Amino acid sequence: MSLLLRAKKRFKRLFRVLLRRKNARIGIYGPPNAGKTTLANRIVRDWTGDAVGPVSEIPHETRRARRKENITITGTNGSSVDIDIVDTPGVTTKIDYHEFLEYGLEKEEAITRAREATEGVAEAMHWLREDIDGVIYVLDSTLDPFLQVNIMMVGIIESRKLPVIIVANKIDLPDSSPARIKSAFPQHPVVAISGLEGQNMEQLYEEMTERFG
Amino acid sequence: MVQGVQIDLISEDRLSRLTSMEKIRLILDGVKEGNIVVLEKGLAPEEATKLIELTMLEIRPDGFSGIEMETYPAREDEGGLSSVISRILGRKNRSRMTVIGPANQLKTIRKEKDLISAWISSR
Repeated sequence: MSLLLRAKKRFKRLFRVLLRRKNARIGIYGPPNAGKTTLANRIVRDWTGDAVGPVSEIPHETRRARRKENITITGTNGSSVDIDIVDTPGVTTKIDYHEFLEYGLEKEEAITRAREATEGVAEAMHWLREDIDGVIYVLDSTLDPFLQVNIMMVGIIESRKLPVIIVANKIDLPDSSPARIKSAFPQHPVVAISGLEGQNMEQLYEEMTERFG
Repeated sequence: MVQGVQIDLISEDRLSRLTSMEKIRLILDGVKEGNIVVLEKGLAPEEATKLIELTMLEIRPDGFSGIEMETYPAREDEGGLSSVISRILGRKNRSRMTVIGPANQLKTIRKEKDLISAWISSR
């Protein structure tokens, strides 16, 4: 790391302490079922031994934003960053309760889940507009990255000038193609990981200390 | 009666005269009626977040299930003099042509950086 960058980080940390500023709030965003909560659990477990929330193969398992405070992440280069992790509901532009019936949910339960999911998406957008200082944008690397909601969300994050890391998740799966994600968002750092298996997390932590420090 | 889908093509000029909320209402009201709305210039990021929030508020079981939107990614920074001038003048990336329709009628078939194929069905 250059001398200038190190000095800048030290100054920022000192500034934060002097002004008693709170930790940077890093939002984990992405479409439903991209593995956001799995990643949030992995990060929180690695650094605090705790967890954020339950995961499920049924979309919209996370329907409320959850914050885990005071996580100190240290990169392999020795630099560290103090953050709060905010696990957010998956952002989408459509929710149909019939989708949940296919996973064996009863109609009543599916309707309730759909209603809560709509509230969750609105809540996630509100957090992004008002309370988030940096973003980890999680994409399922087995799927098309040009999904409209991805393009729109990255545009929103860019317009807020928030530091962002794009995570190409699920590289443990055979159809995974992180290269497709890298070519879709060449202007941002992309880290290929498996949140489930814990593959390549060191690189993500390194990137987090660089971007969010 | 002939079955079909109404398509509203809204010019950049008209959009520029509307406030954010007027734009969002125009889009949502049209889409909820089953129309396909084509914007010559897409929404600003802030407007997009509000469109998502309002869409979520209007979703009903066995009724409106949300929207489908199609657009191209923002243009990459081209570099060179024009890029420098844009930065000095504080110009932002221009949002691009956007197609919005009811989620149960507009489906993406194929999407690339510079090509979108979508399929529209009548209700």
